[in-house]
Amino acid sequence: MQQIKRLMEKASDKKNSTAPLRVKKQYFTFAEPPNEMILDSGARLGPITLAYETLGRLNADKSNAVVILHACSGDSHVAGYYGDDDPRPGWWENMVGPGKPVDTNRYFVICSNILGSCMGSTGPSSINPKTGRPYGFDFPMVTIRDMVRAQKHLIDHLGITRIMSMLGGSVGGMQVLRWCTDYPEMVVSAIPLATTTRHSAQAIAFDEVARQAIMADPDWQGGNYYDGPGPRHGLAVARMIGHITYLSDESMRNKFGRRLQNRSSLSFDFAGDFQVESYLRYQGAKFVERFDANSLLYITKASDYFDLEGDDGSALLDERLTAIRFMVISFSSDWLYPTYQSRALVSKLKKNGCDVSFCEIDAQWGHDAFLLPNKQLDSIISSFLNRIDHESRNNTAR
Amino acid sequence: MNPETTPLDKTRFDLQIIASWIEPGSRVLDLGCGHGDLLLMLKRHKQINGTGIELSEEKVGRCIERGLTVLQGDFSEEILDYPDHRFDCVVLSQTLQQVMNPKELIPELLRIGKRVIVSFPNFGHWQVRLQVLLTGQAPVTGQLPYEWYDTPNIRVISIKDFKQFLRMTGIKPVKEVAINSHHHDENGHIIKYLINLRATYGIMMLERSA
Repeated sequence: MQQIKRLMEKASDKKNSTAPLRVKKQYFTFAEPPNEMILDSGARLGPITLAYETLGRLNADKSNAVVILHACSGDSHVAGYYGDDDPRPGWWENMVGPGKPVDTNRYFVICSNILGSCMGSTGPSSINPKTGRPYGFDFPMVTIRDMVRAQKHLIDHLGITRIMSMLGGSVGGMQVLRWCTDYPEMVVSAIPLATTTRHSAQAIAFDEVARQAIMADPDWQGGNYYDGPGPRHGLAVARMIGHITYLSDESMRNKFGRRLQNRSSLSFDFAGDFQVESYLRYQGAKFVERFDANSLLYITKASDYFDLEGDDGSALLDERLTAIRFMVISFSSDWLYPTYQSRALVSKLKKNGCDVSFCEIDAQWGHDAFLLPNKQLDSIISSFLNRIDHESRNNTAR
Repeated sequence: MNPETTPLDKTRFDLQIIASWIEPGSRVLDLGCGHGDLLLMLKRHKQINGTGIELSEEKVGRCIERGLTVLQGDFSEEILDYPDHRFDCVVLSQTLQQVMNPKELIPELLRIGKRVIVSFPNFGHWQVRLQVLLTGQAPVTGQLPYEWYDTPNIRVISIKDFKQFLRMTGIKPVKEVAINSHHHDENGHIIKYLINLRATYGIMMLERSA
């Protein structure tokens, strides 16, 4: 009998290791009027819904939570599949899952969609309860800090008081840093990836061109386009601009060069000759199908506003941050958030007396590198989480 | 060889001496920490709180894999960010001969650390002297294994030179040992007489003058 049981367990283990990981999108609603959340702008917003997904199991002492913060146009679907007919896994499938660097057999992973987005959380395309119509441009301006403030409500709701690690790249990295400055007592360790403490003029410039592309589209209609087709062309162009900033000269040279798309000679018209043109058009068109133009306006503005080095001194110079262990990672060919910006962050953390590690990973893929499979990145993240996990156990044992 | 499991007397002789000078539980910064052997050994045997600085991405990756805190960068620049007295001890192990600006570096190390341990290969060793004298060529020895065209060593220092440097800069060595050992050998012995002629390495501990 015992033997049969063991055999069955073994069989089910095997099944688990090959079966695709199933996840479910969940929703948490809070800040119901009259208890709206007060935003950085002073405006009140409520109710607020956050879409989120969890993977793995929260352990008994609730010490194994890893919070993943997604980038600009990401969503809560970090890894796994929604169902059998789901053609694609989550956006960080190579990093998160059973036996992956962020090992869901060990850690309880939480990923929520940011405030202002359109992937399940409250944003400009959500219904304004006061009018019964989408907010559009009546949606208040939200900041990275507001996004984090909303996430804090979710984490409280899940009953978690200490987060083993906060991990995110790009705009996700900004949220990681905001968590550290605003709720340092809740953060055990932080992994800001390919990110910055403030947007450079160049980063703001690209965001502004993307916004202008949307707002110049006649179908944008001052932001109240939800009855019509919406600014499809403007949004596609905005995404094309974004995509250029995610790549690098080297990766574009290797991926496309001057190769022509489906033709052997130049067309002498504007239908599109080069592979790179075709690629950008495809990315633009694909994005229009899944993302809301107003959300892109709000989120890019929030990332432009983000600044930890404000006029009243650096938010990173705070002794409450010294208990947080940091792993800062940049990528050599990232020109959107170049390595010098990660070094500036590291420099502040060192002045603060923080335990901080830093690695610049040599990769040709530009800003996008943090999302692509990379052995060095995998090894760094899995080893760092492993270290934090062990140190936390030793500390509680003591 | 795993520095975490290797007994102290089986690690490199110069590192054994450095370890014996470091107090348990202290905050240690290792400049040019390589794969993190010294830090890992000190973590195990001295329960230190360690940080390493290393230029190579591959080595930094290895240190992180081993659970160490490490910064990728040029240590002459990286150290400038640290507040005064951030570390109990700063270690510059066999790297001094590769440093561009030792005259600025060492006082800076004494700013961020209470103590600084420096070890370096002794260019005054008799084998080096003899090679230059007999062959008329740049010396290549066990401690200085490079040809002139591929050596990372840009400073030629003997123990005598370094002590003269300390006198000139007003820094007092609180501990000093000259040893004779091969590069990666756990065996070695301390040289008491004619040290500049007979020692392969010099190791000194410097302290801020009060």
